[in-house]
Amino acid sequence: MNIVVCVKQVPDTWAEKKLSDSDKTVDREGVEGVMNELDEYAVEEALRIKEASGGEVTVLTMGPEKAVETIRKALSMGADQAVHLVDSGLHGSDALTTSYALAKALETIPHDLVILGVESTDARMSVIPAMLAERTGAAQLTFARKVEVGDGTVKIERQTDTGYDVVEAATPAIVSVVEKINEPRYPSFKGIMAAKKKPLTTLTLGDAGIESEKVGLAGSGSSVAEFSARPPKQAGQVVKDEGDGGSKLAEFLASQKLV
Amino acid sequence: MSTDVWTTPERAALRAAVRDFCTKEIVPHLDQWERDGEVPRTLHKAAAEAGLLGVAFPEEAGGQGGSIIDQTIVSEELLYAGASSGLLSALFTHGIAIPHLVKSGNADLIDRYAKPTLNGDLIGSLAVTEPDAGSDVAAIRTRAVREGDRYIVNGAKTFITSSTRADFVTTVVRTGEDPHRGISLLVVDTGSPGFSVVRRLEKMGWLCSDTGELAYVDVRVPAANLIGEEGSGFIQVAQQFAGERLGLAVHGYGIAQRALDLTVAYTRQRNAFGRPLISKQVVRHKLVEMTRAVEVSRTYARSITERIAAGEQLFAEAAMAKNQAIEACSFVVNEAVQLHGGSGYMRETEVERHYRDARILGIGGGATEVMNDLIAKALFG
Ligand SMILES: Cc1cc2nc3c(=O)[nH]c(=O)nc-3n(C[C@H](O)[C@H](O)[C@H](O)COP(=O)(O)OP(=O)(O)OC[C@H]3O[C@@H](n4cnc5c(N)ncnc54)[C@H](O)[C@@H]3O)c2cc1C
Repeated sequence: MNIVVCVKQVPDTWAEKKLSDSDKTVDREGVEGVMNELDEYAVEEALRIKEASGGEVTVLTMGPEKAVETIRKALSMGADQAVHLVDSGLHGSDALTTSYALAKALETIPHDLVILGVESTDARMSVIPAMLAERTGAAQLTFARKVEVGDGTVKIERQTDTGYDVVEAATPAIVSVVEKINEPRYPSFKGIMAAKKKPLTTLTLGDAGIESEKVGLAGSGSSVAEFSARPPKQAGQVVKDEGDGGSKLAEFLASQKLV
Repeated sequence: MSTDVWTTPERAALRAAVRDFCTKEIVPHLDQWERDGEVPRTLHKAAAEAGLLGVAFPEEAGGQGGSIIDQTIVSEELLYAGASSGLLSALFTHGIAIPHLVKSGNADLIDRYAKPTLNGDLIGSLAVTEPDAGSDVAAIRTRAVREGDRYIVNGAKTFITSSTRADFVTTVVRTGEDPHRGISLLVVDTGSPGFSVVRRLEKMGWLCSDTGELAYVDVRVPAANLIGEEGSGFIQVAQQFAGERLGLAVHGYGIAQRALDLTVAYTRQRNAFGRPLISKQVVRHKLVEMTRAVEVSRTYARSITERIAAGEQLFAEAAMAKNQAIEACSFVVNEAVQLHGGSGYMRETEVERHYRDARILGIGGGATEVMNDLIAKALFG
């Protein structure tokens, strides 16, 4: 089974994220870029499927030049090759246009399965997997906490608030994974050295047949009108234990939908 | 530095992977391992799977390939990211236990010991030191007598790192009377009848690294477990000295760097007399001196490491790198505790651990005075 893993470079999860004043997009220059954490699980899952049943794993990344560091990481974990969709015309693309661009790029890579993380830590829209399925016509299997591949089929356990659903579809399919699914491996020294020699194809808009007016800031269906800094932290709520501390805590957690 | 071999994209990626491993697999558990007095085998397995154990060992021996520079990067980054000198000594004991065996090229020994160790399945120790012989390696008395296709080993070893957990101990034994040419290297399985761990030793620092005292009473060891030629043990051990000493230099400037980082952060947020500690000139100058000590030690050690990686033999320089880094480290960890005030004396404060761990670095792997003797001989004859 040939698998494409969509991998995104995001600003370091722990760094303070900023929007740039000029065009109100995420400032990616000022902070260190890392692989979107959930995508590590996606890469791991693809590698496990490959190790169990063969096929090739291709990394697909849309992002600026420096996203190549993240591509290298996925290759050093064990992916076979990568496709980097990189074009200044893509800057500022929203979810809708990103899914269009990725869908076009996917057309250049023969595959049975596409695996993604359920969301990226910078935008947190969690819609790309569904949009990709819609655009490509592939089956949509989202929020997977377990994936099983059969002969031309994929079965997942789909994480829900109360448990899980079993969903099965024929390939081609798009699967998004939650972090419960596995423990991503660390890139080894050998893997890092091997990654240098793995094929990396770069695609421009033209290469992928992407219409430039349909992507980027101008092509996006949504735009950021204005933004303001996060309000300072509010003082916390103190629960005093007068014999009923436990139930008060439980009430609080329930009111926040945490339990 | 224009062509910096330390910051190539691959080495930057290696650093990132090591830091990630350390943050997730080591730091959260280190306090517990310090209390346990040892690290678990699962850590060896996890580190092997992440490819950390095999860096700088050839792929034919089950290693990852790479050079002493890559090995240095692994150690540096583990220490910068909050591991400890003790943790490294426990997890990387194979760095002293198997290099002779790998270098000998003996395929049988490599299959039986090197590969499973680099796989995280076996733990090995190196036993040189005896109750009556430490710095003076040529004075060891543990004796191996050849009888047919085996050796019979009798003697005692002490202060042996990881030996209470070890599956095998690369043991320096006496096979002849000549002080140097009468020394050989034998791999002894710890399950062999007559081999025993007499005591688990309690220490000042390196708490998560177990240290044992060993007894050998008529231990039968297959002659196939001899590393290299009989009588070549002293040279084999000595050939590893430069690498081992540079390794300890990395421990020195590595924990010094970590203690310095922690101290800068602490003095920034700690107020005394109405202002952050770091605003006081005395404190600022102290932090600068600490930084200078670390920078000079690292730069010198790395320059020697680069030259050794390029094939030069630099015993005196490696010894100087060790002494320089360890002197810097003692100074830095002492000041780090001082600037942390009372909390610097508390077990729960990280610099307290580095302060205790640092003390061994000028004793083990060749005491400071022994290093100076060696350097003097190289310089003045
Ligand atoms: C935590 C720990 C872990 C260790 N792990 C191992 C291990 O895994 N394997 C192993 O084989 N050994 C190990 N050792 C032993 C270590 O290598 C020895 O302690 C070290 O070589 C010093 O030997 P010694 O203790 O016999 O001291 P001695 O040789 O008795 O020396 C005592 C002191 O005398 C001074 N001195 C020595 N020689 C000279 C000289 N020529 N001129 C001037 N002054 C001198 C030095 O200050 C030295 O510290 C470990 C030790 C410790 C504490």
